[in-house]
Amino acid sequence: MRRVRPIAWYTVLIGLSLVFIAPLVWMLLTAFKTPGEATRVPPTVLPQEPTTGAFDTLLGNDQTPVLRWFLNSVLAATGQAVLVLAVASMAAYALARLDFRGKKLIFGMIIATLFIPSFVLIIPNFLIVDRFGMLDTLWALIIPGAAGAFGVFFLRQFFLSLPKELEEAAVLEGANSWQIFTRVVLPLSKPALATLAVISFLTNWNDFIWPIYVLFSPEQFTLPPGLAILQGAYTINYPVIMAGALVASIPVLLLFMVAQRYVIEGVSRSGLKG
Amino acid sequence: MAAETALSRTPPAQAGEAGAGGRVRRTGPLTAYLFLLPYFVVFATFVLAPAVYGLWISLHDWDYLLPGKPFVGLDNYKALFDSNSAVYSFWWESLTATGIFTLFSVPLLLSIPLLLALLLNRSFKGRTFFRAVYFAPYVLGVAVIGVLWRFVLDPNLGVVNSVLGAIGLPGDTPWTTALPWAWVTLVGVTVWWTLGFNAVIYLAGLQDIPRELYEAARIDGGGKWAEFRHVTLPGLRPVLLFVTVNTVLVSANMFGQSYLITQGAPGTETRTAIMYIAQVGLSDYKMGSAAAMSYLLTACLLVISLIVFRLFKEKDS
Repeated sequence: MRRVRPIAWYTVLIGLSLVFIAPLVWMLLTAFKTPGEATRVPPTVLPQEPTTGAFDTLLGNDQTPVLRWFLNSVLAATGQAVLVLAVASMAAYALARLDFRGKKLIFGMIIATLFIPSFVLIIPNFLIVDRFGMLDTLWALIIPGAAGAFGVFFLRQFFLSLPKELEEAAVLEGANSWQIFTRVVLPLSKPALATLAVISFLTNWNDFIWPIYVLFSPEQFTLPPGLAILQGAYTINYPVIMAGALVASIPVLLLFMVAQRYVIEGVSRSGLKG
Repeated sequence: MAAETALSRTPPAQAGEAGAGGRVRRTGPLTAYLFLLPYFVVFATFVLAPAVYGLWISLHDWDYLLPGKPFVGLDNYKALFDSNSAVYSFWWESLTATGIFTLFSVPLLLSIPLLLALLLNRSFKGRTFFRAVYFAPYVLGVAVIGVLWRFVLDPNLGVVNSVLGAIGLPGDTPWTTALPWAWVTLVGVTVWWTLGFNAVIYLAGLQDIPRELYEAARIDGGGKWAEFRHVTLPGLRPVLLFVTVNTVLVSANMFGQSYLITQGAPGTETRTAIMYIAQVGLSDYKMGSAAAMSYLLTACLLVISLIVFRLFKEKDS
């Protein structure tokens, strides 16, 4: 589009990048320092005596089972992504392609809940989850979150944009709705399904307020409530806290690097729902 | 609306082709309901039911730990407006905290990301890379950024104060423990963390503005500013509306930053409404009162959203 002067231009861009990246690099470097060095004045940039001591402390403490938290986070985020894909894609297909009574009403209801602030649901959902015996279990982190309207809305939009010819051809070959859905629509929708899976995974991985109130036992925790525990337990032993933060960051940063276009796509679309 | 057109496209043509046989690809409604069922069960259980159940809870003296949960009508709501009640001053203090946070973070989260999106809406090498870098903090959860900034801004031990001190500036700013610094911290960290999200949405909106409009504006001979006012802003209106409403809602939902960075300090002055609701409902288990607070806050947000919608409508005409 417009021509830009390269040197000034890239100076601005790189300067801005530092603002976003420097704190993350600081977290990485601190995780490999000794507690004394982490808070030394004046600060050192690179660890003078690089050590994995913080990780040893973290792994050696039964009260803060970080590996277990990591595993729980992986299970919860993966479980929810799978569940969302399954239920949202089916519902979205019905809303995009099938004809039935009450369709407008149901779709309207789903859309309306996009505007319910999530905090209103926390207290009643605590009691509902309790009634199902899911308090202090990973199920509490997997199932309720799958009720979100975004997945249905997002996939419905995508299905509506698919050309109908392939589905019509499948009908002529005698396929039923289920076969059309699984053999024609879903294979055509891989990018949208990947986007939804990545967004669901990230959202669940990072969820904070819900897990700190529905999980009680340290071995049931995921990483975000775990970090709050670390902050309380190690107060100013910052290398240990940063080591925990690093464990919580690396998987999602890697996922973002690999699936960047899906994440950006998902976020861009969320703005177009208005 | 889109659903209607998608549906009405098929039947007439199909009916014509199918001739006497008539019934082509018309799956029974049962099939549709079966497709819908799994989602609807989850949706009804964890969205529809709690939305109503919460209202019911708010009408009771609902202590999770006690067997009896007597009906009290609107007492929980009245208590929020009665200066003699136990919750009154804490509730309004927390609502004020949320209000201050929203008031300062929303303008910054509307304007800075727009500038960033305009910056990125050009063609240059590495555009995707820089967009990803600016977005990166958003990929991390509030727990990570909370403990990270708590460390970086630690008034005694943090790197920000030691660097400021080393270059001759005051090195003892109480970033997390005193006002107004705690607000500077909470707003600043939130802007740093989430501006990439709004920027990406703006950028998608900017790319939807037809290039011909810019060319026409250039022929008309307005400057850059005229181009921005008469092409960019009107073209972004729907996106701007979404970003505004969404940012207000997200800001009013603020919880983790205060929980981890300031822990409500000084005193309980940066304890947000959500923090207070969660504490009353899920730590003290006074769920009736907490539910009433959450509905009152929802009502406030609804009014604010309607006002925003109105403002955007008026600009239209």
